Amino acid sequence: MLGRGHKNKMAKHSVTTTINGDETEFNCDTHNTLMDVLRSELHMTGTKNGCGTGDCGACTVIMNGRSVNSCLVLGVEVDGAEIETVEGMAQGGTLHPLQQKFLDHAALQCGICTPGIITQAKAFLEKNPDPTETELRFGLAGNLCRCTGYDKIIRAVLDAAAEMRANK
Amino acid sequence: MSDNQKSGVVGGNYRWVGNNTRRPDGVDKVTGRARYGDDMVLPGMLHMRMLRSPHAHARILSIDTSDAEAMKGVKAVVTHKDVPDHPPAKPPFGPAVSDFHDLSRNIMAREKVLYDGHAVAAVAATTESIAKRAVRKIKVEYEILPHVLDPYEAAQAGAPILHEHQFTLGLEPKPKEPSNLFRTLGGEQGNLEQGFENSDLVIEREFSSQPVHQGYIEPLACVASSSEDGAVELWTSTQGHFVARTLLSRLLNLDMSKFRVTASEIGGGFGGKTTIYHEPAAILLSMKTGRPVRSVMTRGEVLRATGPTVGSVCRIKIGAKKDGTLVAADAEIWYQAGAFKGGPVARATDSFFSPYKIPNARTACHDVCVNRPKAAAYRAPGAPMATWAAEAVINELATEFGLDPVEMRLKNAVKEGDTSLMGTKHGRIGCIEVLEAAKNHPHYNAPLKKNQGRGFALGYWLHGGGLSSASANLLDDGTLTLALGTPDIGGSRSSMRAMAAEELGIDIELVKPAVVDTASLGYNHLTAGSRTTYATGMAVVNATREIIEKLCSLAAFKWEISVEEVRWDSGEALPADKYAGKLKPFSLKQLAKMAPGTVGPIAGHSEINAKGAGASFCAQISDIEIDPETGGTSPVRHTVILDAGRAISPDYVEGQMQGGAVQGIGWALNEEYIYDDNGRLLNTGFLDYRMPVASDVPMIDTLIVEVPNPKHPYGVRGVGEPPLVPAPAAVAIAVENAIGRRMGDLPMSPPKVLAAMDAQKLAAE
Amino acid sequence: MAGLRYEAPNTVDAAIGLLSEVAGAKVLAGGTDLLVQIREEMIDPDLIVDIKRIDETRRIEITPDYVKIGAAMTGAELGENEELAAMWPGVIEAVELIGSWQVQGRATIGGNLCNASPAADSVPAIIASGAKIVVAGPQGVREIPAEEFPKAPGRTALEANEFVVSLVLPVPPKRSGDAYLRFIPRTEMDIAVVGAGVSVSLNEDGTCASARVALGAVAPTALLVKDAIDALLGSKLDDVTLEKLDKAARDACNPIDDKRGTIEYRTKVAGVLVRRTAAIAWERAQKQNG
Ligand SMILES: Cc1cc2nc3c(=O)[nH]c(=O)nc-3n(C[C@H](O)[C@H](O)[C@H](O)COP(=O)(O)OP(=O)(O)OC[C@H]3O[C@@H](n4cnc5c(N)ncnc54)[C@H](O)[C@@H]3O)c2cc1C
Repeated sequence: MLGRGHKNKMAKHSVTTTINGDETEFNCDTHNTLMDVLRSELHMTGTKNGCGTGDCGACTVIMNGRSVNSCLVLGVEVDGAEIETVEGMAQGGTLHPLQQKFLDHAALQCGICTPGIITQAKAFLEKNPDPTETELRFGLAGNLCRCTGYDKIIRAVLDAAAEMRANK
Repeated sequence: MSDNQKSGVVGGNYRWVGNNTRRPDGVDKVTGRARYGDDMVLPGMLHMRMLRSPHAHARILSIDTSDAEAMKGVKAVVTHKDVPDHPPAKPPFGPAVSDFHDLSRNIMAREKVLYDGHAVAAVAATTESIAKRAVRKIKVEYEILPHVLDPYEAAQAGAPILHEHQFTLGLEPKPKEPSNLFRTLGGEQGNLEQGFENSDLVIEREFSSQPVHQGYIEPLACVASSSEDGAVELWTSTQGHFVARTLLSRLLNLDMSKFRVTASEIGGGFGGKTTIYHEPAAILLSMKTGRPVRSVMTRGEVLRATGPTVGSVCRIKIGAKKDGTLVAADAEIWYQAGAFKGGPVARATDSFFSPYKIPNARTACHDVCVNRPKAAAYRAPGAPMATWAAEAVINELATEFGLDPVEMRLKNAVKEGDTSLMGTKHGRIGCIEVLEAAKNHPHYNAPLKKNQGRGFALGYWLHGGGLSSASANLLDDGTLTLALGTPDIGGSRSSMRAMAAEELGIDIELVKPAVVDTASLGYNHLTAGSRTTYATGMAVVNATREIIEKLCSLAAFKWEISVEEVRWDSGEALPADKYAGKLKPFSLKQLAKMAPGTVGPIAGHSEINAKGAGASFCAQISDIEIDPETGGTSPVRHTVILDAGRAISPDYVEGQMQGGAVQGIGWALNEEYIYDDNGRLLNTGFLDYRMPVASDVPMIDTLIVEVPNPKHPYGVRGVGEPPLVPAPAAVAIAVENAIGRRMGDLPMSPPKVLAAMDAQKLAAE
Repeated sequence: MAGLRYEAPNTVDAAIGLLSEVAGAKVLAGGTDLLVQIREEMIDPDLIVDIKRIDETRRIEITPDYVKIGAAMTGAELGENEELAAMWPGVIEAVELIGSWQVQGRATIGGNLCNASPAADSVPAIIASGAKIVVAGPQGVREIPAEEFPKAPGRTALEANEFVVSLVLPVPPKRSGDAYLRFIPRTEMDIAVVGAGVSVSLNEDGTCASARVALGAVAPTALLVKDAIDALLGSKLDDVTLEKLDKAARDACNPIDDKRGTIEYRTKVAGVLVRRTAAIAWERAQKQNG
């Protein structure tokens, strides 16, 4: 929820969008961010709330092919957009290679940053499928992790990238 | 890329323990299914927001909530009037201070607000937006008072006083004036004066550090629901739901049994979630309205109002012989406890000199109140600052004597049988093994490039043991559930599962651990003090051994032999002694299936007060490169060497080592609280509270040394805290070495580094 | 009466109409400043006018005479336009420094300019490029030289109900190069303590034919530093020139002490950065034989 709250009645918007391939409709106020809509309206709580100001990356989703902080997008802005969230990554009971590699490399501890990092890594690898360690570190710089010191996350994403390239 | 290795002396060949296993909570976390504090929704739930003080120090003259209460959608408002008051705690105080007079005021300001962000009132409304607006309608009249932020200044006569009823403890005669200095703890041995006289060189320095926040990514969040019969359910992000229950029950004068507290999946804690903040207000609002109440703090609230670790001002003096023998050491440190007493003075006292035998030593640690949020634990509370001071001076002594810093430490290192300044008699410890491993690590002697400096530091931490309970239930298909009461932050469920599977001799995937609520298990202390895998692990081993005993009895019953003639091995009951090899073994699965029809359900449980967690040692080597024109710093290489006792899950131990090191890098280089002249916090978000991002740090090399802890069935020592202890020290020493000048003040942010370099140039001219 | 309204007009005129209709209406581009400001309760507008559906704000036009960049183009989009990145590498690297990948996917060049933070990364580079800001309002369209656009922290040359439609940059002559550098304590996710943008064109003999130097975060607005330009003109970027450049930058500074840096520090680093930025721009110009 942004701001001081509404003064009088809310301006409700009816929004149609595609989330993880499914056409989805929701109502929201102008004040509601995409993160609010996902978490509170659609109960898709895999997208995490860490700061609400774009600094931590926990709420990262992919919008029309680009990763964004869903806390810095208004719900009403996604009318007609294609949204991908962490909930859409595993397919038919099989984890996405990034998810699998996070498990294999113990790249998570508390796990609160994990959905955002995995989502960002997916968007990043789509643009740069074979990154250097440094490129990847800058690619993930908008995602804070306080537990791991990043080491195992970097290993996991580089390993997943290699596998994804091999399977192309 | 870096490498991670293990070196050790641990025997025993295990199937699960000591091997990397998949964490049981992993899939839920990578798919977004895991439910954290903020992911809970209850029907009819109200939303809570808090009004917080804009002043660092002010008397509350009046609070008028009538306009807020009159708003449509506002269901209730609470202030300190709704919070039961408690008398101040009386001495004697243990190493940790528990005072409900303070706690009741920290969760809701009563007579005064004591820091920017201090809670003043809370509103529950039907929507978050109404709650937000209602908070703005609460009118508070304040009389602004002078404030103090620095612990040394706060301890001096004439400083603004936070608590009129607080008189420094232990002074004779009892002082006439109240003081922000609550008490001083310390230890002393030998004869300091003589010790310094007998030293070939004595170095004295001053150090200071800023408070730093734990920086957990999940803001505090809870949902409270109380019913008409006085029962209270609470869902909260905490490092100890049993501890939360105790605090809430005593604070609110409600029976403990009325509470059912469930720990959500926790999004980081590092010590910061070991107490309560917004939970009492949420419960009180739920009691007033009869509806569930949810509270989620904003990041700004987390930074303004929850406890960081203490900042410090330190004076230290160490004397040594030319051959490197430490002779005398004296340290005094002022800790910013924040608005209420309770800085980690006891642990600090233990941290200064404990890795070394120093015949003449003294420490004095002052617990000082200042107008900042009450400090909370942060990974080895109090230790990193003390360690930095001692390690920096020991390095300087080594340099002056032309000795290798690790050799000098080896000369003085503590071993089994030695007693620390605070009276801890060491059992089997790994100080020497860690130092030897550091000395032999390729990083230690690797060449440095231009503008780079290297820092070495050794850290010590005495682990916690304490109260843990666990229960294990064998199901009739041969699988096992484990009920645990210590929230899992770093992968403890994985280690518990490994130990249970190892004991039973079954496949690890057959064991399902869960962290259960307070109504379902005996008491558990916090997940803190690096105690969980040690203490809860022991309880798990006990509980599974009870199951094994019962399974052996069942087999004996079936075989019609005595239970002494049955032994358990690799998941099977085997006939022993004269029956050995004569009867067909029963597998766990077979026995589990038989149980319902014979002995009934098979379960084991254990409630313990674990002792003997012992100490561990961690060494770090840090290389920092400096931009000579801007003072910018970059960590280019970092190695962590830790005695883990035994690494039950090596991957997760490495994770603790790497995470701790990077937290230390942030602490040493860029993290700090910035207050304006009125004592208001300016950097209330992650953009300006500068924790390391992925591109700020290199790979972190790890070396696990295993010197098993004889007190634990698998040799475990805690691993959560030691990796932070020497980290800021190693980094800060590296910066000083890179620029060739002492700085002594954390964080070593670019402006300070540049100023030091300029001063160095001036001095050279 | 309605609460916070949201409109996403398709034309410049419709946007102006909406802005004129409601006092305190706010333009929304990427929202990476605006939404944070609303959330932190620094502003409380009644209407948000999303300009991203207006075609003129969403395109890049490269002609032999000028380059026109729509105000609502994001950092990520600009970075992906290779032709543009080859012409104005400094402007593009400045825009690409704004925030993380996630912020890049949203943050626009126009938003960075209009938010009018003294530390905005793209502004010194835009000023150094010699850009003009194309502004539309009830009185029609006008162009404002970039260096005259920021007026004070949070305040621009925009009049009531005007907004920025695009930025027009010249096509750089042969042997030109530009660059932008900033100093931040971390490597990412920080606001500039100092930023420096430099663009130069060289004569055939390698001396400087024309130059523009701008600084960010060292004064209430980004500055065009005349003395620094004078130091460069006619020079070959030798040590004496660099020394003069350093001094000119430091002399131009009028910074504040705040949570991001001290006056003394900002001033010193401004000198350092201008030297380094000029060297990069120079090198690019030398490689750019047209
Ligand atoms: C995590 C994070 C990191 C950041 N890092 C940086 C950084 O490194 N460097 C940096 O410079 N900034 C940074 N920012 C700030 C911000 O991202 C930039 O200023 C960005 O360029 C703003 O663009 P926007 O499109 O998001 O603007 P908006 O938020 O949409 O708008 C910003 C302001 O400009 C007005 N506005 C926008 N477009 C127009 C227009 N065409 N005409 C008139 N008015 C307009 C809006 O009304 C608003 O007042 C960061 C922000 C975040 C959240």
